[in-house]
Amino acid sequence: MLLGILGMNSLDCTPATNSLIRSEADSQRTLYPYVTGTSVVGIKYKDGILLAADMGGSYGSTLRYKSVERLKPVGKHSLIGASGEISDFQEIMRYLDDLILSDNMWDDGNSLGPKEVHNYLTRVMYNRRNKFNPLWNSLVLGGVKNGQKYLGTVNMIGVHYEDNHVATGFGNHLALPLLRDEWHENLTFEEGVILLEKCMRVLLYRDRSAVNKLQVLFSLCGIHTSRLLGNCCTV
Amino acid sequence: MDVSAGDLNAPHSMGTTIIGVTYDGGVVLGADSRTSTGMYVANRASDKITKLTDNVYMCRSGSAADSQIVSDYVRYFLHQHTIQLGQPSTVKVAANLVRLLSYNNKNMLQTGLIIGGWDKYEGGKIYGIPLGGTILEQPFAIGGSGSSYLYGFFDQAWKEGMTQEEAEQLVVKAVSLAIARDGASGGVVRTVTINSEGVTRKFYPGDKLSLWHEELEPQNSLLDILSTGSPEPMVS
Repeated sequence: MLLGILGMNSLDCTPATNSLIRSEADSQRTLYPYVTGTSVVGIKYKDGILLAADMGGSYGSTLRYKSVERLKPVGKHSLIGASGEISDFQEIMRYLDDLILSDNMWDDGNSLGPKEVHNYLTRVMYNRRNKFNPLWNSLVLGGVKNGQKYLGTVNMIGVHYEDNHVATGFGNHLALPLLRDEWHENLTFEEGVILLEKCMRVLLYRDRSAVNKLQVLFSLCGIHTSRLLGNCCTV
Repeated sequence: MDVSAGDLNAPHSMGTTIIGVTYDGGVVLGADSRTSTGMYVANRASDKITKLTDNVYMCRSGSAADSQIVSDYVRYFLHQHTIQLGQPSTVKVAANLVRLLSYNNKNMLQTGLIIGGWDKYEGGKIYGIPLGGTILEQPFAIGGSGSSYLYGFFDQAWKEGMTQEEAEQLVVKAVSLAIARDGASGGVVRTVTINSEGVTRKFYPGDKLSLWHEELEPQNSLLDILSTGSPEPMVS
């Protein structure tokens, strides 16, 4: 039996995992997801980053929750979007809150940008995968720092890359071809939103776990990010 | 590139119906009273609405053992928290303690929980914690195997800003409807109402509930039916 002393190494040590009750056998196995989110789509546009995802939380084949926010801001510069197991995403948000807090406590004027946050998440995801205890998510991480736009993705097995347009889940198959065709360097905000809307419509048509309530976040060039929380009901 | 969740087990049915709804001033929690082991009804009068603190209660579904041990631990920790805090715990803290246990032991636990209560900061709140340990604050929550039959009902019948009477009636009606169709739910309907004034427990035996489709009026004895002449044929 694969026991070993499951040491609380630095990657696991957050207040959330210094848990109240822990037995050694429990985190040795791969789990399966229960409450899941579907695709996330992200693009770079002229002034920054746009992310879109629906607000559904599926429970097997039941569309159980319809107000789940799967896109969140991280620190001053970044946005994160998650598909997969929602409880693991909530845990990732706790890790990130601690990360940003520690960063702020230096009080040195520097703040973690999207590239750094993406790298941190990559290490977390890959190391969990190596212990056969993955966080069952595919993440999109985007943002702007000092005028530099960044957009990347990382999933439960630690595969990570950056690109001008990324997607998770069904989005890989349905949204990316559309984006490869119609994306260009100088998309305006309006053009970007229209393009994302096109992707989300196709996903609603063809993805059984999609719901017709969307969340859209954007991140602008400049020191401070602003975010739009649009919950639009489509047909 | 995504790893397809090959083992996306459709969730197991959890023999119960549990509900929590918020209303203008507090929350109403409701549940059936059937505990089954396989096909046998081990307890037909269980109480699935468990007290965590004076102002926070929890509806339990799924494995009886798992839900009981989680509630025992959370009650213990909340008691200590209350002493340290010097005032009643908030519903959010209680719910997050439950989440910690559910999430960190997700491989071993099989229990879906609904936490409801009232505190002076946020008023009445309902938190749903399904399998896996996701925590979701909701205006209303349903859980257990019987809840499958209630998604459509709540989509239609739920409204924001109900009164206490409306909320209680909604919960009783919903549990009763679920009992009618779910073999793993049955017995009586229990409700717990929590608001600024305190906690009220109510109990609705079968004869106090409305009749649904194909259900007959309750009688005290078969003899009563026979003595009123030949029984009416069932109309199909």
